[in-house]
Amino acid sequence: MTLPLTYHVRNVFVRWRATLATVAGVALVVAVYVLVQSLAVGLEKSSRNTGDPRNVMIVRKGSTAESSSQVTREQLRLFKYWPQIARDEQDRPLASADVLVMLTRPRRGSEAEAHVLIRGVGAAGRALRPQVALVAGRWFVPGQREVVVSRRLAARIAAFDIGNTFKAAGRELAVVGWLEGQGSAFDSEVWMDGDEARRIFDREFYSSVLVRMRDERSAAAFLRRLEADKRLPLRGLRETDYYGAQTMTAVPIRILGGFLATAMSIGAVFAAMNTMYASVGARTREIGTLRVLGYRRRTILVSFLVEGGLLALLGGVLGCLLALPLHGYSTGTISLETFTETVFEFRLAPWLLAKGLAFSLLVGVAGSLLPALRAARLPVIAALQSV
Amino acid sequence: MADTPMVVIRNLSKVYRQGDLDVVALNRISLQIDSGEFLALMGPSGSGKSTLLHIIAGVDRPTGGECRVQGIEVTRLNESALADWRNQNVGFVFQSFNLIPVLTAYENVELPLLLTGLNRRRRRQQVNRALELVGLADRSRHLPRQLSGGQEQRVAIARALVTDPALIVADEPTGNLDSRSAHEALGILQSLSRQSGKTVILVTHDPKAAAFGTRTIHLEKGELT
Repeated sequence: MTLPLTYHVRNVFVRWRATLATVAGVALVVAVYVLVQSLAVGLEKSSRNTGDPRNVMIVRKGSTAESSSQVTREQLRLFKYWPQIARDEQDRPLASADVLVMLTRPRRGSEAEAHVLIRGVGAAGRALRPQVALVAGRWFVPGQREVVVSRRLAARIAAFDIGNTFKAAGRELAVVGWLEGQGSAFDSEVWMDGDEARRIFDREFYSSVLVRMRDERSAAAFLRRLEADKRLPLRGLRETDYYGAQTMTAVPIRILGGFLATAMSIGAVFAAMNTMYASVGARTREIGTLRVLGYRRRTILVSFLVEGGLLALLGGVLGCLLALPLHGYSTGTISLETFTETVFEFRLAPWLLAKGLAFSLLVGVAGSLLPALRAARLPVIAALQSV
Repeated sequence: MADTPMVVIRNLSKVYRQGDLDVVALNRISLQIDSGEFLALMGPSGSGKSTLLHIIAGVDRPTGGECRVQGIEVTRLNESALADWRNQNVGFVFQSFNLIPVLTAYENVELPLLLTGLNRRRRRQQVNRALELVGLADRSRHLPRQLSGGQEQRVAIARALVTDPALIVADEPTGNLDSRSAHEALGILQSLSRQSGKTVILVTHDPKAAAFGTRTIHLEKGELT
């Protein structure tokens, strides 16, 4: 038999000053935990969000990212006309040979500089990536020195408004439009015509080639053939798999988050413990009375655990509420795959909030374990005689 | 009913160890308390009267001898069985009332009943009856701090009798009360013994309080005098 919940709730609030301090402490821990994890979730989501399952990405064997890969024009010619690749209305293969270039640009409203990824896309580049849409201005004209930048990137980098121009490799490039990639990795890119990009940046090679497969069976056949062809030191993989694996950037954030949360939660456990010890001390006679009335040691133990848990859960709810306004807030970091500015959003998924609450409950129960044991072990007579 | 003894004590001893010293709180006491009796237990501080009360009520354990309450050797019950036994058979009244500050008068009185498995409706009936008996039915929603000392003690008496125990023990229940409230509280205990046949054991060092009882015994240095 346990004591009524109202008893615990009122006891949590009756010493409200101590309670408030502990609740605030736990709230802070949970807020930090949830926010850091939501960064990692947002980053991973932007990677996982990217790509089309019908597409295959071709990079040089041994390179883990497009930006460090090279595909020669000779190689492209060898596989471009394989029958597994889908064709457009004019019977041209749906393939986009892209050039990736890193550019250093000043940040908006600051002296600091950021690396930005420019993608020179081939003719079919846009058709192969339907999740990328123009949201303002117009698309670049092939052969012109024009770029379309991610709207989110434009919010972070100077001179990326439509109508602005900036210098790259000694040439003026004009911003003619803004694109949006539905929370994908393309939200961190600047797009321009592929051939123009190779000319300006003086590139012999392509970085990667993206091709659309006719169907599932063709995809498997294509990948087998590419692997088997000794003339082609290339690696093909599904576009979704390629981006799904690009989650390295989230790893240090997760580790940092885990470390921060652990360190802070130790503090919070002690805060909860302190509050609960004070509560046990202040209620020694009450505990003695309950025991005399017939309540068992176990009930006393459980009731202090419940109170500690309640206390911390309150902090957990508050922490989640503190973190909530940042949901969907766009931020950036340096990608550890491409070493360029990566834009992504805080994603406070419901499971993450639930995890935060569970985490707070754990802190509360851990913190109140020793005080609850002390309460349960109090000798009845001594407890009754305490003032 | 009055012919079956409520409490039978034989050669009861309690020795505390304080450092290297043995302190004798009770020295081979033998005593019988009949059902329906209102026994006043008197004696100076440290005479062992509270210790004796605690042993009879199953809160403390003796170091020797027997203590049977309603034929049950309470000294042999284990911790959990003793807790259940107290809940069902003993009502406690303390000097400083010992009400739970965050609970209302009603909830305080209900506390022992929560352990009984009675449903809410039955509990409500019993709590209301107990509060009526002590004249505080209109104060049931008040918190202890909103009550006077006398009212608090009456709530505590209601809590002691709500489970309808055969035995009510009161440890200096008037120690913190003014004379009028003390008189009221003792009057309630007296009527419980007279009208409901409860056995009441009252520890006091006030002769006026002891006068409410049907019998008074004196303890001094752990022995009956």
